[in-house]
Amino acid sequence: MMAALVSLVVLVPLLAAALTLVLGRRARPQRIVAALALTAVLGISVALLIGVDAEGAVVVEAANWGLLGIVLVVDRLSALMLVVSSLVLLAVLIFSIGQGLADGDDETPVSIYYPTYLILTTGVMVAFVAGDLFNLYVGFEILLVASYVLITLGGTRSRIRAGVTYVIVSLLSSILFLAAIGMVYGALGTVNLAQVAERVDDLPFDVQVLLHVMLLVAFGIKAAVFPLSFWLPDSYPSAPAPVTAAFAGLLTKIGVYAIIRLETVIFPTPELNPALMVVALLTMVVGALGAVAQADIKRILSFTLVSHIGYMILGVALGTVAGTAAAIYYIVHHIVVQTTLFLAAGLVEREAGSTSITRIGGLLVSAPLVAVLFFIPALNLGGIPPFSGFIGKLGLFQATAVQGDALAYALIGGGALVSLLTLYALVRVWNLAFWRPADDVEGDETRLLRAVEEAPDQPTTTETRATPRLMTLSTAGMVAVGLALTVFAGPLYALADRAAQNLDGPGAYIAVVLGDDARSAGETAGETTGEADR
Amino acid sequence: MTVSLVLVVVMAALIACGVYLLLERSLTRVVLGFLLLGNGVNLLILIMGGPAGFAPIYDESLDPAAYNDPLPQALILTAIVITFAVSAFLLALIYRSWRLANADDVADDADDVALRAGTVTMPLEEVAPDAGDTDFPVEDAEPMRADAAGEGTR
Repeated sequence: MMAALVSLVVLVPLLAAALTLVLGRRARPQRIVAALALTAVLGISVALLIGVDAEGAVVVEAANWGLLGIVLVVDRLSALMLVVSSLVLLAVLIFSIGQGLADGDDETPVSIYYPTYLILTTGVMVAFVAGDLFNLYVGFEILLVASYVLITLGGTRSRIRAGVTYVIVSLLSSILFLAAIGMVYGALGTVNLAQVAERVDDLPFDVQVLLHVMLLVAFGIKAAVFPLSFWLPDSYPSAPAPVTAAFAGLLTKIGVYAIIRLETVIFPTPELNPALMVVALLTMVVGALGAVAQADIKRILSFTLVSHIGYMILGVALGTVAGTAAAIYYIVHHIVVQTTLFLAAGLVEREAGSTSITRIGGLLVSAPLVAVLFFIPALNLGGIPPFSGFIGKLGLFQATAVQGDALAYALIGGGALVSLLTLYALVRVWNLAFWRPADDVEGDETRLLRAVEEAPDQPTTTETRATPRLMTLSTAGMVAVGLALTVFAGPLYALADRAAQNLDGPGAYIAVVLGDDARSAGETAGETTGEADR
Repeated sequence: MTVSLVLVVVMAALIACGVYLLLERSLTRVVLGFLLLGNGVNLLILIMGGPAGFAPIYDESLDPAAYNDPLPQALILTAIVITFAVSAFLLALIYRSWRLANADDVADDADDVALRAGTVTMPLEEVAPDAGDTDFPVEDAEPMRADAAGEGTR
C-alpha cells in the first residue's frame, strides 16, 4: 500500500504531464488535469507523511532489481518535503491559472507551460524519494531541464539573457555531480545511498574528503550557498512571477535537502563542519547586504532567499539532532514564506505595473489586500515573534549555542544581525511601495494608471491588469499556511525533531534500506537504532 | 583497480579543454566546452567501471569476473541522453539569444551594471529628468536618501 503510494507520487505528475501535452492547445482541460494531478500528489504526500511517521520509512525497489536498480526511500524528512513542496506547487499552479485566465494566455505559450510545470513537479518528487545518488542526479536533471524551459518562457530578451546564465551554471553543477557520482562508484562500487554510507568509512581519509567536497560543491551551487550563489539574484527575477515563486521556494531547498542527506547519511563526520559554518555565516551576511542595496522587490527577495539559505546550512553544519531539526523546520518555514512573498510580489507587479520600489507607491491605499498579503510574510521572514520565522531562528540559535565556542556565538550574532537586515530591506519595500503616498512618486507608472482609474467608467485599476480573484486567493491561502506553521509550530517542530533523529548518523537509514531479512523488522530496527544513537 | 592510461589521458584532456572553453565569454564556445566536459565525465564513469572485459550479456560458460561492469554503462547511457537533450536546448537558447541581441556573448546583468555604476535610482531620473530634490517633501526620509545616493555619483 505505502509502496504503491511512493511510486504514485512520481507517476501521477509524470502521466499528467504527458496528458497535458497531448491536450495541446486546449487550455481548459489542461488546467483541470494539472490542478487535479497536483491535488492528487498533495493527497498522496500527506498520506505518505502520516504513514511514514506512524510506521517508519518505506523502501521500494523498482522492478525487483534489488539494490542494483532504482531504490526509492521515503523517510520522515522526505515525506515532510513531499508534503510542503506539493502544497507550494499546487498554490503556485492556482496562481498561474488565475494569471493565465486573466491575460488570455497570449503572453506565454500556454500549451507548453502546464506540461513543463508538471515535469518540474516530477523532478522535485524524484529528487525527494531517490534512494541512490544517480537517481538523485536524474531527479535534479528532470527538474532542471523543466526549469530551463520555464525560466526562458516566452523567449523575451531579458529572460534569454538571464536564462543563459542560469542554464550554464546549472549544467556546471550537474557535471560536477555526475563526476562525483563516477568517483563514488569507482571508490565504493555502489551509488546506493545506504551502501555508500555503510562502506565509506573504509576509504582513506583524503578520498573521503575529496568525494565529500565534490558533492558539497555540486549541491552548494544548486542551494545557492555563498561563493556559489551569484547566479540566483541574476536569473530568478526575470522569470514570470509564478515561476519565480515556485523556483525560489523549492529549487534551492532541494539543494539544501541533498546537503542534509550528504551530511547526515553519507558523511556524518565533523571535519568540514567548521568550514560549513563559516560558509553559512558568509551566505547570510552577503545575501542580506545584497538585499539592502537593491531597488526591485523581486531582486530584494532573491537576495533574502540567498541569505536565508545560510540559516539552513548553519543548522546542518552543527551536526547535532537539534541543529538538523531546526534546519528542517526552517526549510519548511522558508519554502512557504518565500513563495508567498514572491506571489505577493507578483500581485504588486499587476497592481502597480512595476516591482521597482523607486517607481511605485501608495499601494496601501490602492490595494490594501495586497499590502496585507505582503506585510504578514514579510514580518514572518524577518523573524518577528510570534511568527514561524522567529521560532525557526530561535531553534537554530539554541542549537548553535549548545556548541558554545567563538564561531558559534559569531554565527548567532551574525544570524540576529541578518534577520534585522532582512527586516530593514523588507520595511524599505513597505515604506516605499506601500506606505508612501502615490503623489510622492515622481513620474511613475502609478500616476499614469491613476489617471486611467479616475476616468469615470473605469471602476478598478489599470489597463486590463485587474488582479484576478484566483491569484489573490492562492496568495491568501499561502499566507494562511504560513500562519498555520506558527499556530501548529509545536507538532510540526516535534515532527522535524523525529525526522532529525532518523538522520542522527547513517545507522537508521542503512537499517531501513539494507535490513534485508524482513522489511518490517528492518524498519523497527531502524527506529530503535535512531533512538539508541540519540 | 587497473585502468587504461590512454583513457585517463583522454579524459583529462577532454575535461581540461571543456573547462577552458566553458570559461569563455562566447556562448558557442561554452556549448562546445559543455559537450567536451560531458564526454569527459562520461569517460570518467567508464574508467570507474574497471578494466575492459566481455560485453555484459549473460553467458553460462563465462566466469562472472570476466564481464565488464554493466552498471557504469547504464549510468553513462542515461547521462548521454540527458546531455543530448540539454545540448539541444542550449543550442536553441543560444540561437535565440543571437537573434535577439545579435551577440554571441554572456551578457551582463543590467541591474548589476546599474548598481556598479552607482545609478540604481536611474529609472527615477530617467522618467523625470528635471525632478529636483525639492520635489520631495522634506519629512519623507526614504526618497531623500535614495536620491542622495544618486546625487553623490552624478
